[in-house]
Amino acid sequence: MSVAKPRGATNTALGLNAFVVYLFFYAPILLLVLFSFSDDNIVGRWGGFTLDWYRDFGENDEVQSALSVSVRVAIISTLISVVLGTMAALALERFRFRGERVFDALLYLPVIIPDVTMAVMMLIFFTSLDDLIGLQVTKGFSTITLSHVAFSISFVSIVVRARLAGMNQTLEEAAQDLYATRWQAFRHVTFPQIMPGIAGGALLALTLSLDDVVITQFVAGPGSTTLPVYVFGLIRRGVTPLINAVSVVMLGASITLVLLSLLAQRARGGSDPVA
Amino acid sequence: MTAAVEISDVTKRFGDVVAVDNIDLTIADGEFFAMLGPSGCGKTTTLRMIAGLDFPTEGSLKIFGDEVGTLPPNKRPVNTVFQNYALFPHMSVLDNVSFGLRMQKVDKATAAARAKESIELVQLGGYEKRRPNQLSGGQQQRVALARALVNEPKVLLLDEPLGALDLKLRQEMQGELKSLQRDLGVSFVFVTHDQEEALTMSDRIAVMNEGKLLQVGSPEEIYERPANRFVADFIGQTNLIEGTVADETTIVLTNGARVAAPSDHAAGTAVALSLRPERATLTPAGAVEAADGRTSVDGVIAGVTYLGNALVYDVALDWMTIEVREENRPAGDRPSPGDRVAVSWTTSDASVVV
Amino acid sequence: MTALATPEFEAANEKQKRRRGLLLALPSYLYLIVFFAFPLLIVVLYSFATRNRFGGTDLSGWNLDSYARLGEPIVRTILFRSLGLAILTTLICLLLAYPFAYFLATRGSTIRNVMLVFVMIPFWSNFLVRNYAWRVLLGNDGPFSQLTEFLGFGETRVLFTPTAVVIGLVYGFLPFMILPLYAAIERIDGRVLEASRDLYANGWQTFRHVLWPLSRSGVIAGSILVFVPSLGAYVTPEILGGAKTTLLGSYIVSQFLEARNWPAGAAVSFVLMTVMLGATLVYFRSGGRNL
Repeated sequence: MSVAKPRGATNTALGLNAFVVYLFFYAPILLLVLFSFSDDNIVGRWGGFTLDWYRDFGENDEVQSALSVSVRVAIISTLISVVLGTMAALALERFRFRGERVFDALLYLPVIIPDVTMAVMMLIFFTSLDDLIGLQVTKGFSTITLSHVAFSISFVSIVVRARLAGMNQTLEEAAQDLYATRWQAFRHVTFPQIMPGIAGGALLALTLSLDDVVITQFVAGPGSTTLPVYVFGLIRRGVTPLINAVSVVMLGASITLVLLSLLAQRARGGSDPVA
Repeated sequence: MTAAVEISDVTKRFGDVVAVDNIDLTIADGEFFAMLGPSGCGKTTTLRMIAGLDFPTEGSLKIFGDEVGTLPPNKRPVNTVFQNYALFPHMSVLDNVSFGLRMQKVDKATAAARAKESIELVQLGGYEKRRPNQLSGGQQQRVALARALVNEPKVLLLDEPLGALDLKLRQEMQGELKSLQRDLGVSFVFVTHDQEEALTMSDRIAVMNEGKLLQVGSPEEIYERPANRFVADFIGQTNLIEGTVADETTIVLTNGARVAAPSDHAAGTAVALSLRPERATLTPAGAVEAADGRTSVDGVIAGVTYLGNALVYDVALDWMTIEVREENRPAGDRPSPGDRVAVSWTTSDASVVV
Repeated sequence: MTALATPEFEAANEKQKRRRGLLLALPSYLYLIVFFAFPLLIVVLYSFATRNRFGGTDLSGWNLDSYARLGEPIVRTILFRSLGLAILTTLICLLLAYPFAYFLATRGSTIRNVMLVFVMIPFWSNFLVRNYAWRVLLGNDGPFSQLTEFLGFGETRVLFTPTAVVIGLVYGFLPFMILPLYAAIERIDGRVLEASRDLYANGWQTFRHVLWPLSRSGVIAGSILVFVPSLGAYVTPEILGGAKTTLLGSYIVSQFLEARNWPAGAAVSFVLMTVMLGATLVYFRSGGRNL
């Protein structure tokens, strides 16, 4: 039961507001895309069409190495957090165990905590490992990945949990009634059912990892930094057409991921008659 | 002959809640057996214990003589038709039906062939490739049935299998289930809260309430000779006329009237006379004398409800109101509100319940 | 032939189930303890520690100095500025998002889905890039300035002002306001609005007494989802704000990366986190009532 459509002037005013909101959302993005093709050294001025900045993007070693770190960190941290987050979701949705409530709360914290605080936590943690247990940690690829997993687990588990909660639990009982062992019931019934949730969680983890600036900046080392952190550093020194091109590539990646997640959602909607 | 299911002294507790309270129950091979009761009475828990989805807290549970109380569901020779069917939404009808066989390591071709047979059996031939969400409620129900039966269970358990269907389809399926069971000769154990369904379909009925088994018997026994007020009231409609046992053949009603009603309760026991509305006879006051073994009480018609094929009269006695149901008859021929009438019955029309 | 069911068997079975649950949770449980709970604890510890002369931190001589610094004028100014900008951002988002969400909720399902997708795209797009786009747009002689000049308003210099920061924050977090508002309004039974009109309420009265109270859960959720990250924002003020618009996030970062006063940074981040936890509790409380 939804709200009826307003009439007359109210409707027009609301429509106008919606138009303004969309203009606000998309004008900056579209202009950025436009200027990334502009043959002018001054960012934000149109000087004819060129692909030079994209060629620079391809030829710039620092950008390429940052990009490769970003992609590797994103993939590895997503894989780890999907496995751990899914297990956590299963434990919390399907079992009771000692320490369950503490675990539940601990799992929510990384979602709530501000980026900056988390960044500070990870920095002090990796630095003080030396003082506390004499473990010398070199900041770089591994510390970035470990930190990304620390926040991604929570997001994955929330998405998978929502899916599990919506799944009819009798399906698992039905599988066991039909001679499936616990493992077979999971493998043939539970897993296919929560697959869209896992895929959604993975895309979220991937996006978060590819987006993160603050936390990564604190735990990255010299020579191993991710693309957003590298770009952030560049922006602080001043805008260049190269940044435009890099930004558009990052934007393209984000949008591809959104569209993928929307497709996953559609698949989710289509295969589940048990609402 | 070994019983299909033998439950002895079984209790199930969930924390402090006693879901099933020390019940004994034997279900014979080839029997259509219904477990009937209001929601939360323990009937579904009992079914789940037979299936292995819940373990008894204590007691013995045997299937064809083998103790199975602590076996997981995948090790028991029974299968279940779940409430709302629990079909696997990501699998085709064929995959759903062959699932049990595949889990038992039956090779793919044989499993598919047997699944096809089973699908034919429930008259769904041609639907093998469909997904459950492309089927109607009735068809889903048949798939659930085929999925369970293909495994040739020694006992088939059905949890409110017709609950989700509309009335017409439900009546159709009742007949089909009954004849299917007769053809297969396998025991069906059937949980329902619908007393009419239980009466029409079953060979025997177990009535449960608050975790206790109140009565087990044929539909006729349950309806005609209810063991207590709860059963009398839950199965069909009845008038419970309060009284006290005077001796083996008489009880004294609240108004002091002594009526003939044989019972084996001790004198002084508070009991009620269960009189079904359709077993009471209505006559104009004073028209018949209370002879030929009929018990009769006087009252006034307080209201008439028109049901189409029948009429229900509310008859106000001095101390309570009872319902009397009669076949419809022409308007001029009916007693109307305010008329003085006599309500009468024979000893075999009423039963004494505690 | 297997064993008879007994309470002992039931208890053992129950125990085994619990163990299985714990085993499933254990990897992520341990991970979060080591890489989250433990670091959190160290931050709290550091906020009570002392900074030594070399910019390092002595884990001794515990004191409350770092918290006392929160009262210093510089920190207080930053705190109030952050609060002010976060509140302003939240209000602007609410003003833009409420009518938008209402419009969205009153469309047919096809238009609605398309509109939602186009809200989701900026929601999921790279945050840094979206802020950078405004940097380009608002730059001196940039497109925005050119537009205002063309329209006869003269050149505008918005970049590196609090206005630019608020624009960036609104841009970044507007979807966080739209989505919960939409969810709340969409759930309202349209007949209650008709009932209100039938009972002689005019449009404003219907909004004031029926629509607004019924959508309040969405307003609270959205406001917290915008206010909380705005308060801790770091990237946006760094890109769009100038030296004079330092906010809490940047202050914390500078304490770590420049001033090398870790205890001070730890104290401020701990306070920030406490505010967020408080806000989240409010969110769950109010959500519990209406969701």
